[in-house]
Amino acid sequence: MKVIDLTSEALATPGLGGGLRDVLRSRYLLKLLVSKELKVRYRGSVLGLLWSYVKPGVQFFVFWFALGIFLGLNKNTENYPIYLFSGIVLVNFFTEALSNASRSIVINGGLIKKIYLPRELFPVASVWVSAVHFFPQLVVLVAACLFTGWRPGIPELIAAVVAFSIVAMLAIGLGLFFGSVNVYFRDSENFVDMLLMIATWASPVLYPWTLVRDGLRDAFGASAGQVLLTIYQFNPLTIAVELFHYAFWAPTTSSATDPASVVPPDLIFVWTPIALVTAILVIVAGQFTFRRLEGRFAQEL
Amino acid sequence: MATAIEVRGISKQFVLRHTRSIKEAFVWVMKGRKGDLSKKFHALHDVSLEIEQGETVALLGLNGSGKSTLLKHISGVMLPDTGTVRTRGRVAGLIEVGAGFHPDLSGRDNVYLNGAILGMSEAQISERFDDILEFSEIGDFIDTEVKFYSSGMYLRLAFSVAVHTNPEVFLVDEILAVGDEPFQRKCIAKIKDLADAGKTLVVVSHDLDLVSTICKRGVLLEHGRIILDAPVHEAVRRLRGED
Repeated sequence: MKVIDLTSEALATPGLGGGLRDVLRSRYLLKLLVSKELKVRYRGSVLGLLWSYVKPGVQFFVFWFALGIFLGLNKNTENYPIYLFSGIVLVNFFTEALSNASRSIVINGGLIKKIYLPRELFPVASVWVSAVHFFPQLVVLVAACLFTGWRPGIPELIAAVVAFSIVAMLAIGLGLFFGSVNVYFRDSENFVDMLLMIATWASPVLYPWTLVRDGLRDAFGASAGQVLLTIYQFNPLTIAVELFHYAFWAPTTSSATDPASVVPPDLIFVWTPIALVTAILVIVAGQFTFRRLEGRFAQEL
Repeated sequence: MATAIEVRGISKQFVLRHTRSIKEAFVWVMKGRKGDLSKKFHALHDVSLEIEQGETVALLGLNGSGKSTLLKHISGVMLPDTGTVRTRGRVAGLIEVGAGFHPDLSGRDNVYLNGAILGMSEAQISERFDDILEFSEIGDFIDTEVKFYSSGMYLRLAFSVAVHTNPEVFLVDEILAVGDEPFQRKCIAKIKDLADAGKTLVVVSHDLDLVSTICKRGVLLEHGRIILDAPVHEAVRRLRGED
């Protein structure tokens, strides 16, 4: 029998992957994992994929009633439903992506224990699946915006893409971090749930950013308030949400809304680069932690 | 002939963690770290092993002797605490067949998913799909969700995918007993074909008669150490305490 000679090929250490680069190399497997997740998620439910519309729809109406009508934000904010929904879809994407990514390693433990494959695939696949669920919500948002007279320019469209990228990178980075820590301490996923609850309120999703500025100034004085506002804006999620407002909500407002207060000053040229850099740092830190911890996944799961 | 697998002085300690939460760890620290939070045991102790390309090696030993752990180090699922493992060419495990199967997907989807998990490309799977299907004898059930399969069908399909991945090094862990007797014979014949085709095989099995017919070399492990590396018949005799 013929034996294929492999002397030319070098001896390699198994189990040492190239991190996120390996995910790019196994794109086909990533695609299959994503389509598996999408097929399985709503299996056996009558509404199926419609749940991706129903859940954010109901959530939207709850917030719109409570905040828009009861708390009067409808009156003070022009096109408040658009304002609210454009923020909600982005934060929902982040919430779902991070929450699933944090659990992905433990959930796929059976596989990780038996077969070597780039484990980064699982958090990345979770984020991808959330992006697929995010898409129909985006379609609804765009339809509503067009109905309210939304005519976006190139800057608005770029802002939307950048905002989405910031959130996706954040979710992957934090997902790698909490997903790997979760193998050792299952508290990690509960911590993430708490973090996500804070995330919804710590970004200007439900309220306009001007309320944050004025509220902080009134409560802590002008200078301390300014410092706190700056800290608030260091949250990349805040910037991503504001970019979505800039892209979808701002073009629908009329002269009744003060153009200077539509989005925070310096959003595009100062805060967006800062948010992008932060997101990249989060990915690097997430990848670093993941690689430090993944060597012992198989025995800890 | 080139070395296919080179294991140099690897040791592996397992931490048997008693606690799973920050709370318990915190209480332990507060109590002045009394007692051991975790117990350790050596699964592998300074194991060295060199396997040439085309060799057929049986890892033998009683339960808990470290055979499967060694296999997991070769496949890269586990990393050693000390020492190095190096392999040449693509390594694939017939380790616990069906680990990558999802019950809610059809047989066809699972073939693609599992094939990709085992490192095949889309083109390779499509090319071998008919062979995989034919070997598994699943027939028309291929488009049924695998949760409706009998356990025999499930294992047959999983084995069929794994055996068609065509790597240079095959790691086989306790899966030779798949399905009914005719299918078992077919699996064993297939594995022997692979050995004849010059594939490197590393087999873990408690079926000593069977491994003696497949493998030429036997490596006997005891408490995480290699105690004998000899022709398979000798190793089997030693394990059975016949000499």
